Amino acid sequence: MSRRVLILDYGWGNMRSLDNAVQAAGAIADASRERSSFRMADALVVPGVGSFSHGMASLEAQELVGHIKEFAETGRPILGICLGMQLLFDKGTEFGETAGLGLIPGVVRRIPVDFSCQKLPHVGWTHVEGSHAADRSMFRGIPPEDRRFYFVHSYSAMDVAGQHIWGTVEYGALELVAAVSRENVWGTQFHPEKSGPAGLRVLKNFIDLC
Amino acid sequence: MRIIARVDVKNNHVIKGIHLEGLRQVGDPNELARRYYEAGIDEIVFIDAVASLYDRNNLFPIIRAATEDVFVPITVGGGIRSVEDVTAALNAGADKVAINTAAVRRPELVTEVARRFGSQCMIASVQAKRRADGWEVLVETGRERTGLRVIPWIKELEERGVGEILLTSVDQEGTRRGFDIDLIESVDSLVTIPVVASGGYGSTEHLSPLLRRTVPSGIAFASVLHYEMASPEDLRAAVQTALEGTS
Repeated sequence: MSRRVLILDYGWGNMRSLDNAVQAAGAIADASRERSSFRMADALVVPGVGSFSHGMASLEAQELVGHIKEFAETGRPILGICLGMQLLFDKGTEFGETAGLGLIPGVVRRIPVDFSCQKLPHVGWTHVEGSHAADRSMFRGIPPEDRRFYFVHSYSAMDVAGQHIWGTVEYGALELVAAVSRENVWGTQFHPEKSGPAGLRVLKNFIDLC
Repeated sequence: MRIIARVDVKNNHVIKGIHLEGLRQVGDPNELARRYYEAGIDEIVFIDAVASLYDRNNLFPIIRAATEDVFVPITVGGGIRSVEDVTAALNAGADKVAINTAAVRRPELVTEVARRFGSQCMIASVQAKRRADGWEVLVETGRERTGLRVIPWIKELEERGVGEILLTSVDQEGTRRGFDIDLIESVDSLVTIPVVASGGYGSTEHLSPLLRRTVPSGIAFASVLHYEMASPEDLRAAVQTALEGTS
């Protein structure tokens, strides 16, 4: 039976692409913010592009923070993508400090680039180094040489415990957190819905967690 | 470095020109997009080449169709004139919009879009024509002069919050005679945001001279892809070889 994936529509993120990608990965996509959608979903995807403070402000204004936390408590899988991953952490630091969802310990800070030879945002397709556990879960079926995913971000999750990191990327001399998980809560800094067949496989592997 | 396909569209046909003029039909936009996606393209930029005739962008149906089976970043440009246009483009499924003429006419638009949607969704498309003392900004798909100089204009765009620069050399575009390397290096060294170089690629020999001077965030290819002279994978391999040769 097809899994039902709630793609949280809170005003930030490419809904159409995610909807199509989730369907391509073999699930039913429900782009919504309704309480009933939270109840009926087998999994939740939190998308997002833009700033941490705008994202959290939208979630709070639409009274979605409680629903997301309750969903996490039920043990059903959650996947945060890009800004959606960043919001899973304790706080962001873009315009002063903004509290996040607090589902994974860590802080979101600006990537400390060396402007003499690097750009911000970090944009492009980059190889993600996966943990051994990832080989069996989110990277299952994706050969290491195909683990190239699309990133676009100026901020990155930091102070994250090693046990919660299943993917990292190199950006110049920096090693950045690319993918995280804590129990049923998952996150990718990269966009699986924009990373071709390998990205679609990550989405499928996530859906298979249900 | 990203391998990007630039797809110019007129009346639902992909067109190709030289110096942004002299148009020739080369295929269906969605078919080409799918073909490039299956062949490993990193990103696709759709430009409405005749948006000024209709005073708006007419590519949203193409974008909607593309997002159904093309899972790489998609940019749409041509006739994006207002925050409302950006909203419509993003709702149609575009990840980014490319803005050129409208930003020159009213630079505040750039600030407004950055504030409303974030810098990451906005590319400034800058068409540069060589002059005696630098380059001039052209608008209306390369048809109209502005008197603006490229370097100060790009600096202002960066300050106003654009996320990337799509830099097209009008002189080299469609000629397949190589890049305007001075242009690309001047811009790339000027800004802290990513720069995508467009215009002039014809053969793998053109890559080392560019990459020795500067490595842009991406290169947008048109002729070479549309005329099937190289595949995205060929281009990626050629870039890799050139990069290794320069290190």
